Amino acid sequence: MTPVVELIAARKHYGTVEALRGVDLCIRPGEAVALLGPNGAGKTTTISLMLGLRRPTSGSARLFGLDPTNRRARSRAGVMLQESGVMGVLTVRETVRLFRSYYPCPLPLAEVLALAGLEDVANRRVMRLSGGQRQRLYFALAICGDPDVFFLDEPTVGMDVEARRAFLAGMRTASSAGKTIVLTTHYLEEADALAERIVVIDRGVVLADTSPQELKARVASKRVSFRVAVPLGDDALAGLPVMSIQCSGQHVRLLSNEPETVLRVLFERGVAIADLEVTGVDLEDAFLALTRREEEQ
Amino acid sequence: MRRTSVAPFGRMLLMQTWSRLLWFWRIPAWTVSSLAMPVFFFTFFGLRFAHLTDASGFSTGAYFLASFGAYAVGQVMVFSFGIGVSTERMLKQDLLMRATPLPPIVHLLARSLSALLFALVALIGLIVYGVIVGGIREELSVWATVVMRLLAGSLPFIALGFAIGYLAGNAAPAVANLIYVPLSFASGLFIPVSQLPSFVQPVAPYLPTYHYGQLAWSAIGAPSEPVAASLAWLTAYMVLFLALAVRAYRREEQQKFL
Repeated sequence: MTPVVELIAARKHYGTVEALRGVDLCIRPGEAVALLGPNGAGKTTTISLMLGLRRPTSGSARLFGLDPTNRRARSRAGVMLQESGVMGVLTVRETVRLFRSYYPCPLPLAEVLALAGLEDVANRRVMRLSGGQRQRLYFALAICGDPDVFFLDEPTVGMDVEARRAFLAGMRTASSAGKTIVLTTHYLEEADALAERIVVIDRGVVLADTSPQELKARVASKRVSFRVAVPLGDDALAGLPVMSIQCSGQHVRLLSNEPETVLRVLFERGVAIADLEVTGVDLEDAFLALTRREEEQ
Repeated sequence: MRRTSVAPFGRMLLMQTWSRLLWFWRIPAWTVSSLAMPVFFFTFFGLRFAHLTDASGFSTGAYFLASFGAYAVGQVMVFSFGIGVSTERMLKQDLLMRATPLPPIVHLLARSLSALLFALVALIGLIVYGVIVGGIREELSVWATVVMRLLAGSLPFIALGFAIGYLAGNAAPAVANLIYVPLSFASGLFIPVSQLPSFVQPVAPYLPTYHYGQLAWSAIGAPSEPVAASLAWLTAYMVLFLALAVRAYRREEQQKFL
């Protein structure tokens, strides 16, 4: 089956700045993929290449096996972008109606308004919408063409709680109906909730391309913190299965996948431990640890 | 392959044009300046000569109507494209549209069609006002010729609007005024060239609005240059403005999209 999205050794320079330094990515029909990375990592550039909004400096980008600017390819994609506007003097209904006309087989107008929760403000002009309502409108514009793939660049920024819940529910329905989803987000719980595959991007390269579970396993899964009577020497900590360790005086904090082993070794070495705490690491920490580790190398 | 693969061109064009017309209609400042100002100017500058007939036999009233008609259409073009393009860039309205399957040519056609329709309304309003209030009598075919020529000859002003929209950024409304109003004055669209200050008179024949006015003046039988000469001048200006616009567009394309 033709991949929905294909980036092959895609590089992108803006003047002397290298935004993407060779990205290979293949997204197959039905996948739900989250692109994760800190600000300026190259997520938006990656999506722009997939959509043909920008052209790769070298390498290639394909959408449904076609050039991403091809109308047939674009007719199958629904898009939410950061910082994109629509004509403010049109009403919500008029705007959705206009965007529906761009697609060969759009969803019925009423259905789009209902899915996006916009029925109450359908006759309001776009410039009078609140930030959250505006974000719902962009969601409506993304779904109105009944696309096979959604490209969502930071989709829930500015959404209120209600809108976000409705949005996530809508996307999960779309995903289980076999639609492909590509999103970037800062909310890692969102990635965890929506995506079955997480691509970690930092400084223009892919650091990890894996499932949320494996991502968590690859980096530390537990945080261990405790207090010791006397500051620990290097020999007390040598050879422990830890990802990172911080000692500040009597306080020790470490990240590990095997907290039991760590603690057993410490006990065997006669280290007296107080105020022990072992907590799970959420995806956000896991992800931060991963990018930080790359930085140190 | 599933279903039909792209949206029908005609429907897209229709919806896009309709949306642009709504856009025109719902910005009062815009509607007033394009529909009411030409009527207002005609009332102040031309109405008292409306009943006169020139020695060479043409109606002075019709002459003024033709002049302000040219002013009105040019204004719709320069401002709708100039301000439209700059607003779109400022509010990043172009970004989302670029990611949809809407072909850029449909966008451009819709912009042009809606501007032409709006200009047509402005023109008809002005002529009807002149006929009713000013009592100016011309054959219907004369008015039809004026309308057709002014609409067809407005292309250079579309190009000028584009150039302003890309080059002037958020100063587009001011720049459009600074360029278009003096151009119109110096070309004899407000008061005949022969009444202009003597230092302006020799400049007039080199201005695009002057030759645009000529298209309308010749239609009502006033002394004027041959239509072919007007068209040649307007074509040359169109090429010039288009070159400016395309250069500015390409530069922006490099920055924003390539």
